[in-house]
Amino acid sequence: MARAVTPRRKALTTAAAWTVGVLIFFPILWIVILSFKSEGDAIRTPIEVLTSAWTAESYATVQERSDYFKHFLNSVTISVGSTLLGLVIAIPAAWSMAFVPGRRTKDVLMWMLSTKMLPPVGVLVPFYLMFRDFGLLDTRSGLVFVLMMINLPIIIWMLYTYFKEIPAEILEAARMDGAGLREEILYVLTPMAVPGIASTVLLNIILAWNEAFWTLNLTAAKAAPLTAFIASYSSPEGLFYAKLSAASTMAIAPILIMGWFSQKQLVRGLTFGAVK
Amino acid sequence: MNLTMRALLGATALSATAALAQAETLTIATVNNGDMIRMQGLTADFTAKNPDIELEWVTLEENVLRQRVTTDIATKGGQYDVMTIGTYEVPIWGKQGWLVSLNDLPADYDIDDLLPAIRGGLTVEGELYAAPFYGESSMVMYRTDLMEKAGLTMPEAPTWEFIRDAAIKMTDKANEVYGICLRGKAGWGENMAFLTATANSFGAKWFDMDWKPQFDQKPWADTLNFYLDLMNEAGPPGASNNGFNENLALFQQGKCGMWIDATVAASFVTNPKDSTVADKVGFALAPDNGLGKRGNWLWAWSLAIPAGSQKVDAAKKFVAWATSKDYLALVAANEGWANVPPGTRTSLYENPEYQTVPFAKMTLDSINSADPTSPTVDPVPYVGVQFVAIPEFQGIATAVGQQFSAALAGQTSAADALANAQALTEREMAKAGYIK
Repeated sequence: MARAVTPRRKALTTAAAWTVGVLIFFPILWIVILSFKSEGDAIRTPIEVLTSAWTAESYATVQERSDYFKHFLNSVTISVGSTLLGLVIAIPAAWSMAFVPGRRTKDVLMWMLSTKMLPPVGVLVPFYLMFRDFGLLDTRSGLVFVLMMINLPIIIWMLYTYFKEIPAEILEAARMDGAGLREEILYVLTPMAVPGIASTVLLNIILAWNEAFWTLNLTAAKAAPLTAFIASYSSPEGLFYAKLSAASTMAIAPILIMGWFSQKQLVRGLTFGAVK
Repeated sequence: MNLTMRALLGATALSATAALAQAETLTIATVNNGDMIRMQGLTADFTAKNPDIELEWVTLEENVLRQRVTTDIATKGGQYDVMTIGTYEVPIWGKQGWLVSLNDLPADYDIDDLLPAIRGGLTVEGELYAAPFYGESSMVMYRTDLMEKAGLTMPEAPTWEFIRDAAIKMTDKANEVYGICLRGKAGWGENMAFLTATANSFGAKWFDMDWKPQFDQKPWADTLNFYLDLMNEAGPPGASNNGFNENLALFQQGKCGMWIDATVAASFVTNPKDSTVADKVGFALAPDNGLGKRGNWLWAWSLAIPAGSQKVDAAKKFVAWATSKDYLALVAANEGWANVPPGTRTSLYENPEYQTVPFAKMTLDSINSADPTSPTVDPVPYVGVQFVAIPEFQGIATAVGQQFSAALAGQTSAADALANAQALTEREMAKAGYIK
C-alpha cells in the first residue's frame, strides 16, 4: 500500500532533490559560464564573473586553433566501438554465469571486478610496450581494445544482474522448442534484456567518452580523442580558464545531450530489478 | 577540354600524388604556452621552404606532456619526432643517450649566438642535445604606485632585506593589499622552484659534493624562516595554495605589492586587456643577500629529437628553423618585437629594435645572472638552478615541497619541516645509491 504523502513532505522532498541536482550540476554550469567570459574576467571573484560582459571569443579561439571534429570523431569511434565489442564478449559471459553457474562463478565475478581495483598507471609501461610492438600506439583500434578491456568487468556485472532477473524457465521453454544456444541468446534472452542492455551501453559509452588516462597516454596526434583536446588548453603559466572551459563545454556537450535524451532509458535500466 | 589540357592536368595530378607520397610527417609534442601556439600559426613559412615535410602537433599541458614524452622516450615508443622539453630533462636524457646530438646543425644556424647560460644548461659533455626555443628567468614585478606611496624606490638589483622592508610597508590588509605574493603550492615546479632558487642566494644548497642532503644546515633554516616570516607578515591569506596562476590573478586584480616569478609574467601583467594594474608595474632583478648569487631561476623550453627517430634529418631541419635568427625576425614581422620568443640568442639583445621592448634588458640580465653549471655559493655536484638534474629530483622535491607548504599553512613548524625534508631526502638518496 502506498504511503500517504502530505503536501509539506512532498515540497521538502522536491526541494531536497533540487538541491542535490543543482549541487551536482553546478561545476558543469560554472564551466559553461566561464566559457563565455574573457580570460581576464574568468579569474575574478564569482560575483564579478557573473556581472562581467559575455563573449564567445574563447569558442572562436578554440575553433581556430584545434580540429574539434577530428577529436570528436575519434571519441565517437572509440567509445561506441569499445562498448559494442565489449557487448559481444559480455553477453555470452553474463549468460553463462546467470543461467549455468558453476561452483566458482561468484569467484570469477569477484576476480573480474578486482581488475578494476588496480591503479592503471601500474600497468602503463607493459601496455605501452605491447602497443609499441603491435604497432597500436596512436591508433583508434588500439584504444577500442584497451577501453573494452577496462570496461568489460562493468559490462559483464551489469548484464549479469539484468539476466538474473529473467526467469530461467523462459529460456528452458525455448530450448524445449528446439532453440540452439545461439538462437536462445540472440532471439530470446537479448530482446527481453533490451532495457538492461541499453542502459549498459549508454553507461559504458559515457565511461569510455570520459576516460582520460589511457586515451591521453596511448595517443599522440592521429587517434587523440576529446580528452586530449581538453588537455591541450591547460597551462601552468598563463591565463587559460576561459579557453579551457570552452574546450570542455564542447567536449561534454555531445555526451550531455545524448544523456539528456536517453535519460528515461538510463534510469529504467539502472533501476531494473531494483523493486520486486 | 582538349587533349593537351587533359594530359597536363593528369600530369599535375600525378606529380601531386608523388609529392604526397614522398612527404614526411613530423609529429611534434609541445606545451600550451603563447610562444608555442604562435609557432604553430607560423609553420606555413617552414612548409613552404620544405614542401616535402608535413607537421602534426600534439599540444599538452606541461605535466601531462612530461609524463607522456617520458614514457615514450624511455620505452622507445617512437611517437614523436620532435619533443619540447625543459632544462631539467635535457641533462638527464642526454646522459642516458636518449637524445640526438645537435652539434652538426648547419653553419648559418650560428650555434655560438645562443646565450651561454642557456646553451650551458642544454649541453652534456660538449654535445648540445636540445635547441632553446625560449628562455626564461624570474624577477621582481612590483607596483610603482604602491612603492611610491610607501616612500621607497626600488633599486635595479634589490636585496632580500629591502624586499622584506618594502613588503611590510606596502601591506594594507584592510584593503586586501598584500606586500608580497610568492608561490606556496607544493610541487617541484611550484614552491620548490622558487625556494630552491631563493636558497641559492642564501648560500644554501640541496647536496654537498658527496651528495649528502643539506636541509639540516643553517642556510636552509635561514631561507625557510625568512620566507615564512615574510609571507606571514605581508603575504595573502591561503598562500599555501598559490602557484603561478593564482598569484597572477591576485597581482592583476591589484592585490599584490610585489610578485617574484617567471619573466614570462611581465607580458601578462602589463597587458591592459586582462590586468587592472597594467600601467603601474615596474621590474627589478631577483633579490640577493650579497653572497654573489641572486634568487632567480633559469628555464628554457627547448626542442629535442629522440634517439631512434626514423626522421632525424627532417626533424633537424624543423628544429633549426624554429630556433633560428630568421624565425625571430619572422615573428617580429608578423606580431611585433614584443612577441618574439625571448632569452635564446645574443643577437636578439643586440638588435636596437628589440632593445626598445620593456623588460627585454631585465630578462637578459636575469638570465645572465643564473648559471646552471654553477648555481650555488659553494660548489655542488649537480647542474640546475631551481632544480637538481637527477631523475629522483621530481619525487623528492615534491615531497619536500609538501613539508614547506605545510609549514606555510601553519600545520607544522619550520624546524619540523626541515627535519622531515632532511630525513626523506636522505632516505631517497640512499635508496637511489647516491649515499650509503
